[in-house]
Amino acid sequence: MTTDSVPKPAAFQLDPTQLQRDYGSPRIVFGLIMTGVSILFMVLALIPLGLVLYYVTIEGGSKLSWDLFVALPPPPLVEGGGFGNALVGTIIMVAIGAAISVPVGVMAAIYLAEFGTGKIADWVRFANKVLSGVPSIIVGVFAYAVLVVTFRTYSAWAGGFAMAILMLPTIIASTDEALKLVPQEVRQASVGIGANDYQTVLRVVLPAAVPAIVTGVTLAVARAAGETAPLIFTALFTQFWPNWSNWLLEPTASLSVMVYNFAIVPFENQQEMAFAGSFVLVFFVLLTSVAARLATARRVY
Amino acid sequence: MQPRAASERFFDTAFKRLALIAALAVAAALLWITCIVALRALPALSEFGLEFLVTSTWNPPRNAYGILPSMYGTVVSSVIALMISVPIGLGVAIFLSEDYIPPGVQRILVFLVELLAAVPSVVYGLWGIFVLIPFLKEITPLRGPGMLPAALILAVMTLPIIAALARDAISNVPIELRQASVGLGATRWETIFRVIVPAASSGIIGGIMLALGRALGETMAATMLIGNSTNNISLSVFAPSSTIAALLANQFAEASGLQVAALMYAALILFAITLVVNILAQVVIRRLQRI
Amino acid sequence: MADEQAIFPDSEPVIDVENWNVYYGDFLALKGIFLKVPKNKVTAFIGPSGCGKSTLLRCFNRLNDLIPIFRAEGRMTYHDQDLYASDVDPVQVRRRIGMVFQKPNPFPKSIYDNIAYGARVNGYQGDMDELVERSLRQAALWEEVKDKLKQSGTAISGGQQQRLCIARTVAVQPDVVLMDEPCASLDPISTLKVEELIHQLKENYTIIIVTHNMQQASRVADLTAFFNVQVVDGKRQGYLAEVDRTEVIFQNPKEEATQQYVSGRFG
Repeated sequence: MTTDSVPKPAAFQLDPTQLQRDYGSPRIVFGLIMTGVSILFMVLALIPLGLVLYYVTIEGGSKLSWDLFVALPPPPLVEGGGFGNALVGTIIMVAIGAAISVPVGVMAAIYLAEFGTGKIADWVRFANKVLSGVPSIIVGVFAYAVLVVTFRTYSAWAGGFAMAILMLPTIIASTDEALKLVPQEVRQASVGIGANDYQTVLRVVLPAAVPAIVTGVTLAVARAAGETAPLIFTALFTQFWPNWSNWLLEPTASLSVMVYNFAIVPFENQQEMAFAGSFVLVFFVLLTSVAARLATARRVY
Repeated sequence: MQPRAASERFFDTAFKRLALIAALAVAAALLWITCIVALRALPALSEFGLEFLVTSTWNPPRNAYGILPSMYGTVVSSVIALMISVPIGLGVAIFLSEDYIPPGVQRILVFLVELLAAVPSVVYGLWGIFVLIPFLKEITPLRGPGMLPAALILAVMTLPIIAALARDAISNVPIELRQASVGLGATRWETIFRVIVPAASSGIIGGIMLALGRALGETMAATMLIGNSTNNISLSVFAPSSTIAALLANQFAEASGLQVAALMYAALILFAITLVVNILAQVVIRRLQRI
Repeated sequence: MADEQAIFPDSEPVIDVENWNVYYGDFLALKGIFLKVPKNKVTAFIGPSGCGKSTLLRCFNRLNDLIPIFRAEGRMTYHDQDLYASDVDPVQVRRRIGMVFQKPNPFPKSIYDNIAYGARVNGYQGDMDELVERSLRQAALWEEVKDKLKQSGTAISGGQQQRLCIARTVAVQPDVVLMDEPCASLDPISTLKVEELIHQLKENYTIIIVTHNMQQASRVADLTAFFNVQVVDGKRQGYLAEVDRTEVIFQNPKEEATQQYVSGRFG
């Protein structure tokens, strides 16, 4: 071993007794400035949230009334009215979306977490991430081409289908995570007493992961409820109640499209309704986010 | 041990097949979207060719279509938005991964930043029309909807994505590296800039690219705020502009014939751009996970 | 308690610890330490896990400041300066009291930049190439890496990485070098190299080393401090049981616990 014994030069050595903080030194000044900047950015980031919540609450929250939830939208220059049909339409389309995306998403996640090994699972996960990045307007275009063109009408089905595609990536990712959190011993215990794989998954693993899956689905639903772009030319909008006798094969109102439509008109009553609709949407998102946060705080495993 | 009943084995196989089919459906959906949009764009593709991309006219009555102004608006609004949201988002990520504030307060701030991403874009659009644009008219030459308010709202919408992913990347940097740097007499910010941010760079860059993909495809905020001027390019941020997504949102419901094909062509361009950006983002983030 | 002044009469103390107590939250984790660390000697901290020897080591360069629930009482001086006085800048302390960690932790930068890092942040004005070479020579690593200085510091072997970390530490020319089980993750040959290095470095630096390896302590240390642990409210509380010349600790300790520990009967 060749250790060169090189004496340490005095040039870079410091007086060991000079430990005091020197507030004039560029390093400390730089640090203080950067700390200030990061605090400033933190505040800046929260200002828009505060302002949006404030205006939506002031302008929209104050207009809330029972009528709003049960009446039909007013024509221009007419007072009163509500967005009952839009509320029902949003619920219908989110329900259609969930009815498609939850079973497909959960099954896909079961494949990824339980049976998927190697290349296929890797590619599906990759495709799922890419799918989650597809702009919602493109999904709308797709649903238009597949359903609106085929059935020659705008419909709740086309809107719900678009929502299903938008919800799918979130549901798959959160279910995949939830299933992976279930300890391996639980599976081994089930297989050890002679259960088949599907029994193990359906009776043991899935129930254990249900709270986390429900959280993921809730967040996906909350996001979907606020989506506008995929609805404006799939479900369109209407002044009327959803028509069940027509199998929903007709333009269907939704809260988000109502906000959009009424935001860009010059009629005060409709503008107020846009704010009230926004308040309902934001409040729903806020509520589900807080609920999801609290739900993930206590896990089964 | 008893042999398993034939029906049990059948169920087991069927269940696994079903799961596989559901998983493949995700990849299939992506392909399906690509095929459908491309197929519907075909008439316009053969009619206008690549000239579509460099033409500045969008005139449905004369069936003359080009999306240069919308492409310009898409890219410029996203770039301006990221120029604002990247530094602020990074600052937030650093602030929330340092020990400036108690962990309880930190969790609340993280939640609030997440909420920023949860507010529906149509609500941001509404707020932009009634609060932001009137405010900007007071203090800038802006006269109505335009590039500036649209880019500002896009900045607000992309900020939480950057903040969340950058914070994830930073918290994945081993604590040993921070200790090593601090142990050598580096200050907090020297450690952040010279060790932590470089070590987290692929996660941060991946996050920025996902945010870019989001900004390029974001529809409602742009549609409601940018002014939808599809026929000319203005270099001023105070002038109206358009984006591909806004073009689609505005015209699709009332379009017919060749206009639909032209819009499909525009959708195909937007889809291709965001697809490339998203795939690159995933590749960059994957590289991070391998290290 | 032995009087360290008498143990090494001709060596002035660099660090002087008086009645030092460390709390994590409300819990007293390290109790009543008195210790004088002699200049240009190697001091070894030994003792069972959880005895607080690493915690004390990290007090010297104020690295525990990074832990939110850490709190300390007592007096700790460095060249007669209170290390925990309110006007003391921890950055200045760490610049003078360097540290080598248990797990090699090179930056994901080139070998050259790993060495240059500390010098750069501390505003070194001299010839960087020369400093890098000199530091690598001091760490007995120069011959092995001189042709691949641009390669990543994480791409070399574990033993080389640890010597790179030592080179990185001496590059800022500290006064004291703290070593927290520096050979814990190394193979025997790398361990020997690092031990030889410690002997070399002793000429210029005051070294404090935490080790689980009794032979290592007996080979490299001039002074050995034995820390023991007692269970209080179900938690482990560390204290300094005995400190003396290394040969005394290993051959003729005063405390029975020390005798048992160094002979391998517990720990």
